[in-house]
Amino acid sequence: MSEAAAREFSVIGKSVPKIDARDKVTGRAKYTGDLKVTGMLIGKILRSPHAHARILSIDTSKAEKLPGVEVVITAKDVPSTFYGISPARYDETILAIEKVLQVGDKVAAVAALDEETAVKALSLIDVEYEVLPAVLDPLRAMDEDQPQIHPQYERNISVEIHQNFGDVEKAFQQSHLVRTDRFQGNRATHVPMEPHAAISKWENGKLTIWSSTQSPHYFQYHISRVFGLKMGDVRVIKPFVGGGFGGKLEPSAAEYVGAALAMKTGRPVKIVFDRREVFFHNRGRHAQTIELTTGVTKEGKILGVYGNYIIDGGSYTSLGIASAYYAGAMLPLIYEFDHFKFDCFRVHTNLPSCAAQRGHGVPQPRFAFESQLDMIAKELGMDPIEIRKVNARRPDTMTLNDLKVNSCEFTACLDKARKISGWVGKKGKLPPGQGIGIGCGGFITGAGYPIYRTRLPHAAAVVKVSEQGDIATLYIGAVDIGQGSDTILAQMAAEAIGINYEDMRIVSADTETTPHDFGAYASRQTLMSGHAVKQAGEEVRRQIIELAAELLEANVADLDIDRRVVFVKGSPEKMMPFETVANEFFIRKGPLMGRGSYTPPKLGGKFKGAAVGTSPAYSFAAQISQVEVDEETGQVMVTNVWDVHDCGTVINPDLLHAQVEGALFMGMGEAMYEEVVFDDKGKPLNANLGEYRVPTALDVPQVISELVDSYEPAGPWGVKEVGEGATLPTMGCYANAIYDAIGVRIYDLPLTPEKVWKAIQGKKKQS
Amino acid sequence: MATAIKKGKLHVATLTVNDEEHAALVKANTTLLDLLREEFDYTGTKKGCELGDCGACTVLMDGKPVNSCLVLAVEASGHSITTIEGVEQSGKLDRLQEEFINQAAVQCGYCSPGMILSGKALLMRNPHPTEREVREAIGGNLCRCTGYVRIVKAILAAAEANS
Repeated sequence: MSEAAAREFSVIGKSVPKIDARDKVTGRAKYTGDLKVTGMLIGKILRSPHAHARILSIDTSKAEKLPGVEVVITAKDVPSTFYGISPARYDETILAIEKVLQVGDKVAAVAALDEETAVKALSLIDVEYEVLPAVLDPLRAMDEDQPQIHPQYERNISVEIHQNFGDVEKAFQQSHLVRTDRFQGNRATHVPMEPHAAISKWENGKLTIWSSTQSPHYFQYHISRVFGLKMGDVRVIKPFVGGGFGGKLEPSAAEYVGAALAMKTGRPVKIVFDRREVFFHNRGRHAQTIELTTGVTKEGKILGVYGNYIIDGGSYTSLGIASAYYAGAMLPLIYEFDHFKFDCFRVHTNLPSCAAQRGHGVPQPRFAFESQLDMIAKELGMDPIEIRKVNARRPDTMTLNDLKVNSCEFTACLDKARKISGWVGKKGKLPPGQGIGIGCGGFITGAGYPIYRTRLPHAAAVVKVSEQGDIATLYIGAVDIGQGSDTILAQMAAEAIGINYEDMRIVSADTETTPHDFGAYASRQTLMSGHAVKQAGEEVRRQIIELAAELLEANVADLDIDRRVVFVKGSPEKMMPFETVANEFFIRKGPLMGRGSYTPPKLGGKFKGAAVGTSPAYSFAAQISQVEVDEETGQVMVTNVWDVHDCGTVINPDLLHAQVEGALFMGMGEAMYEEVVFDDKGKPLNANLGEYRVPTALDVPQVISELVDSYEPAGPWGVKEVGEGATLPTMGCYANAIYDAIGVRIYDLPLTPEKVWKAIQGKKKQS
Repeated sequence: MATAIKKGKLHVATLTVNDEEHAALVKANTTLLDLLREEFDYTGTKKGCELGDCGACTVLMDGKPVNSCLVLAVEASGHSITTIEGVEQSGKLDRLQEEFINQAAVQCGYCSPGMILSGKALLMRNPHPTEREVREAIGGNLCRCTGYVRIVKAILAAAEANS
């Protein structure tokens, strides 16, 4: 029997209200842009109007003379250190040195007394450019006639990956059916409601940055490196963050330029991006061109898969190397097969940089795979759920690329999704224009390795009980960006100690006051930070029990703590309130504290890129959706979605389902509406929230989110991922439902009315 | 140390914010959003796009929801404004705020002030809305975290409490 079933929990497993909800519904919660620091200046960045140009000269003299302007800086005034995420490909600088590589690239910056003056000063900076031909089509980026964007990346190749597992050619020869299809992904972007923002303060040789960040630690690491400071002289503080979704995982110009301006002026500098700048900074989804070949037996068993990709990385490398590896590494996760070949070119274009967005690199490959699997099922005369069950991963297995899967209830997800959606009564039986489809996914629960090479633990925690024993404070580097990590980690701490959720306070995500944690990405915190919290809480519990044993004249082994009562098991009348013991502890020994840390076990194989995709645990999900298609207009309405997730033990059911709903809806936006588009000069045409169309309250289908029983041995109390997994199945799920409704297959994202209508017309012509 | 200098012609804006009288010297192009945030420190009113697309800056003007980024400070003069800071009355949360907490309708919280004010305006004019009416009322408030599922539930639950 699992631990989850064996013990009833006091605090975890309950939908307690979010620890910060009251601050957020009253407007008291302060986000970075809400903060004011005495003497603060406003920073603004001059951005390139050209996609690719050489900077011939910059004249800042007029801007400098404008009253209210404190400083104007260009590349010559700031460190020329190249930065990025992969050390071998540091290729971005604080301000452009010789060339600008995209519209919106950073050219110069101003700090002024107010925003209006700063904006006016930007208009007074004269920049002379030599406009260069730009690379705008990723599929042509490697051609000989294309300009080279970075001197060090020949043919504009950012990274090329060639992986080969087993013998895919032989697998195809042995297959009953081999299909090759080509799919096209879209350039989607995160759209956090809060734009990027930072306030930088330079005082006594110390840089303090309040930032809208997903990872104070990585920010501290990169910023200290770029400015040549000790890490201890850089403090990064996360105020409330208005969403990240991957877009706030690395420092942006808000931090780099803001810090440079603060160091020049000696005054605090605030930089808040406007919405256009968020689109320029981007780091969103790579548009992937995916050629997928799959061979199956006549029973539908997958024998081999070959994925051949070209993905658009945009201007700088950023996190894109990992994105490219993830795009292949996660394909063999949810279905079992033995032969796999993966070729991928990530190319540079003169468009905004692409990096990590919810589901990092994986949603578009899943779209391709789930679509093709339905086409294969159709050719074999199989039910789409049956072909998935034939291939579904089982627990305690190893993928062909050496990813170790412990818990896996994927088959149970498929069965439950089939049942709750009424699949059997609907598949092929709905009225014309209506359809039902399935898509599936699986995701890591935290990356097995950090973004840069280090031996630091992945998460750490300190719990301190107050002198009176009435409250306990959790100090944790984990980063709440809205997903609720502060809440669930406080629940975990309370559970581990034996006190109530209401007794918990939390201090999080400040590099000076909280212990190290890598932050909010890769769906890592519930498992990884959770491990550290459990250990810290249990250390407090042990110390309380040891002292209580003395006070109650009982054996340590006979004592337990539950909801603030320390008692002898079996004789509950022999008890002491938690606060009495905790207070006595402080009087006798000083602060009552617990510490914890977590490092995942050594994971993964030996081949190049083997680290990407490794994780202590994996989630699995099946999604079924029902759509209505207007055949006259191509308009698709998603009416219902059923998501069944295998996410291990649940700490807070409401917050968990809220993650599924949000992830699914983000997937829906990418599937149906979202795409950043550019003119023929590389200028974004819809860098605003009116024309970059995210779903509104009027678009969202009825969503049913359900779970299957699951326990993950690698997670504290059996937890694993939920925040990103539900983004993965959605795109394929909708494409398959559209096919079921009207018999046309859309290979390009997003699944717009125009594409659906054209496909319908094409089908009419054929018949 | 020098502070911001206001240049150009200034106008007096006199308005009621959360039942308190406020006055400020503003420029003709100062928005209500900037007046509330920068001059009066009502930073619960959020800036998300400055184009009226996202609804994060929603406040009530004489009880009706407006995008405060699209209202000039001088236009707001003489009117009564409610920001999120004015929804809680004498330390007691409004039912709508309570339901946003109870239904787990808050994630990052950046859209929450605007959502709550759009919901509040709806319930003031229509105490028993249908789900469709709720969705229409918050149709101009973007949320990127929740998929709106629990926000709609929270507003409906607050409406339920009206009966």
